[in-house]
Amino acid sequence: MRLSRSLAYARNVAVVEVEELARTYRTSTGILRRRTVEVEAVRGVSFEIAKGELFGLLGPNGAGKTTTIKMLITLLLPTAGTARVLGLDVARNAREVRKRIGYVFGGDRGLYERLSGLDNLRYFAELYGVEPRVQKLRIQELLQLVGLAGREREKVEGYSRGMRQRLHIARGLLHDPEVVFLDEPTIGVDPVGARELRATIAALTDAGKTVLLTTHYMFEADALCDRIAVIAQGRIVAQGTPQALKAGVGEGTVVEIEVYGIEDAVVERVRALDGVSNVGLEARDQKQVLVVQTLPGRELVHAILGHLHGSEVGRVSSREPTLEDAYVALVE
Amino acid sequence: MRVARVLAYGWFFRMKMLMRSSFNSWLGVLYPLFFATVAFFMFKAGADSKPLLYSSLGAAVMGVWSNTATPAGSALAQERWHGTLELEVAAPVNFALILLPLTIAMSTIGIYSMAATLLWGWAVFGIPLQITDPVAFVLAVPATVASIGALGFVLAVAFVRFRQAWALGNMLEYPVWLISGFLVPLSLFPGWVRPISWLLAPTWGIRAIRGAALAGPSYGDIGMALGVGAAYVVLGLLLVQRALHAARAKGTLSLT
Repeated sequence: MRLSRSLAYARNVAVVEVEELARTYRTSTGILRRRTVEVEAVRGVSFEIAKGELFGLLGPNGAGKTTTIKMLITLLLPTAGTARVLGLDVARNAREVRKRIGYVFGGDRGLYERLSGLDNLRYFAELYGVEPRVQKLRIQELLQLVGLAGREREKVEGYSRGMRQRLHIARGLLHDPEVVFLDEPTIGVDPVGARELRATIAALTDAGKTVLLTTHYMFEADALCDRIAVIAQGRIVAQGTPQALKAGVGEGTVVEIEVYGIEDAVVERVRALDGVSNVGLEARDQKQVLVVQTLPGRELVHAILGHLHGSEVGRVSSREPTLEDAYVALVE
Repeated sequence: MRVARVLAYGWFFRMKMLMRSSFNSWLGVLYPLFFATVAFFMFKAGADSKPLLYSSLGAAVMGVWSNTATPAGSALAQERWHGTLELEVAAPVNFALILLPLTIAMSTIGIYSMAATLLWGWAVFGIPLQITDPVAFVLAVPATVASIGALGFVLAVAFVRFRQAWALGNMLEYPVWLISGFLVPLSLFPGWVRPISWLLAPTWGIRAIRGAALAGPSYGDIGMALGVGAAYVVLGLLLVQRALHAARAKGTLSLT
């Protein structure tokens, strides 16, 4: 499916064009002596999204994903650079852009809790100018699509996180937008609900929509996206297909060693080994896992274990690099 | 047609939301009774019933104003908190068509407040409800409600731009009570206060209502209330796009 979609959008022009987009926030601190602090949230990002493509913006919290998406959906003005959606400048043609895009964000917010799901949808249908004669049918179609048919007259405050998220998606699609921006849509949703949501997101591109998805779940980006841009500290540090990004880690091996109470100095000694490209220490349950990425053709397990002499060591395993390894290597 | 539909549905939606809040509903029930009681004890001296009706009408319009100024600020603060403000701004409809129904719905709730104040005064304190010109009175009430809603609209534009502007709504509640002449005649204030009060739609609204109830036809004041209210709407329409542009530039539409 991904290949046929790639061929389809490769023939088309970009519907989202971002060039050196930047956003700086100015905040003031102090009462008597006011001091202005500048925070560069996005520092000149550039990317393009082709028609029908599902493009992922992947990065840790505070990397600039939401700020980027808010500039693209016209809620924030860029401080530098340009962005065009469907050929329209997001700063100068905000109203025209808004008519043709949908925006969905993750989490509990963004809904009128005391009213029903149907009330929420009807209100936004009016704000998006959905014709009264098609409104009822459109809402019913969307309720079916997101699996909320039959629950639409219940108050939103009684909805589960997954139901709220599906209502968000229905709201974002009311006016049948050409481009859909999804800002961490599966955040906080249980695994079954998240899987259903991912299926709904995949169906959007099958229906011809162009999607920009932000997430910090690697497997989600890997499973859904045609292309991914990894953003860290406001800059895009890598861009390409999930396969290309994985290949960027190299043909090396990832060695995982269970350890208990390892010291920082030991980690640094492992990092300094010839042939080691990246080292991370992850907490898993009651233990720590030392994750060591090695260069291709290097057998370093014995050398690493030699440095762990004196530490309590558990299971040792090695595997192929995943997108998560690529991501960690890029953002650290 | 589409504008009328967005305004009408927006008003219906907001009314539905306001009615669903039990806390707001209780405040709405209790406030007018409090206002009517205060007004009665301020003006009960003497046997003449006219001052009592004068004060009761003032307290009634106080209720309309108090249902608009403070709640409009806190409603927008809540919208910002719940993330719905961003979604409304992200919609292609003119944002003024979202704000106007919000404030008009709030002042509509004020009609109940008005009726409750007058009925409480009549039932508990025996304040007579004799209206000299019922036709003018019936026209003056919706004109006052609409013009106060329009003033709330102008305030709401500021609330959108500034995150802390809800505090402005709270701050304005009592000064407007005073300088619109709700309880104390404007003639008792220094001369420089009067031009300020003329700029406030509630001043003309209370004059129109009191005039119709106590003296006779008050169509001039009804016209002024509507005129000043219309000026607020025009001012709000002119400022709303600027306020939104500034909010997009400063990043104040959300809390994060």
